[in-house]
Amino acid sequence: MSGVKTELHQLNTRLVWQGFKQLVPIAVFVIAFGIAFGLAATQAELSGSMIVVMSTLVFAGASQFAALELWGPQVPLFTLLITVFAINARHLLMGATLYPWLHHLSPAKRYSVMLVASDANWAMSIQAFSRGQPGFGLLLGGGLALWSFWVFGTWLGIYFGGAIQDPMSLGLDMVMGCFLLAMVVGGEKNLRMLLIWTIAAASSLMAYRYLPDNSHVLVGALAGGVVGLFWMEQSHEH
Amino acid sequence: MNIDTAGLGTLGVILAMALVTLATRWGGVFVMSFVPISYRVKQFINAMSGSVLVAILAPMALNGDNGARLALLTTAITMLVVKKPLPAIAAGVLAAAMFRQL
Repeated sequence: MSGVKTELHQLNTRLVWQGFKQLVPIAVFVIAFGIAFGLAATQAELSGSMIVVMSTLVFAGASQFAALELWGPQVPLFTLLITVFAINARHLLMGATLYPWLHHLSPAKRYSVMLVASDANWAMSIQAFSRGQPGFGLLLGGGLALWSFWVFGTWLGIYFGGAIQDPMSLGLDMVMGCFLLAMVVGGEKNLRMLLIWTIAAASSLMAYRYLPDNSHVLVGALAGGVVGLFWMEQSHEH
Repeated sequence: MNIDTAGLGTLGVILAMALVTLATRWGGVFVMSFVPISYRVKQFINAMSGSVLVAILAPMALNGDNGARLALLTTAITMLVVKKPLPAIAAGVLAAAMFRQL
């Protein structure tokens, strides 16, 4: 077993390319979100070049849409940055959950692969690790697919934004939700996980309702994690 | 603090957003480098990784329209039966699209 384990964190061109290809079907839908973002950003009176710069450097769709809500001739910087932080705080958890494998990489590689971490490629990668397969090709290659398609979609939206009239009527707003749910359902299923998920969902909904905006992901995930601490799996390793 | 978005102001705001987002991508990894990976920590992390997804999805299901709910339900069932993500996602999106045409 230990021989297999040391291979899990491997990262080479072949794995990155495989990861890229595996995320392309999802990344195609990301183009549609990108178009929607590019269009909305032009309507918020951002210049074309600045919109592309934002998608390239920030690469976090939900927080970019939220920024548009606050955009105007004057931008409340502190409010904006708090909002961006709260929406993107789930990345903190993603980095932490990948750490058991990331710590085998050199710090330079470790922080480089995290540059493109986002929901879809993180979910694929953590699932691969839990199945005992190498996951960093999915994280990096998949991340590059999502990132490049996101920037490309943004660019399309700025110049050809009218093309997709109503993404909701095509169900395109549900792509990411369905993808993440497929990852949950495809993961390990037992009574312990069911309880963890139930507590996570309930805490998330309570936080969504009663706590400050955008705190629900952190609250739900941490609550689920704490349940996992109280009900530990039988150790297979010892 | 209000920033003028004329001239370089916009670029400044975007760079600040990028830095905050980068801090979230790196922060979790950085903090964990000070935490010994014990069995308890692994259990916590393992429970948390599924919970992140569930916590994103729960409000989506509660506040979404019936098209959104039908999409999620269809995806869950297809995934349980077929066990492949792409058909499950496609079925969910298709269900939302068809429901919303009604």
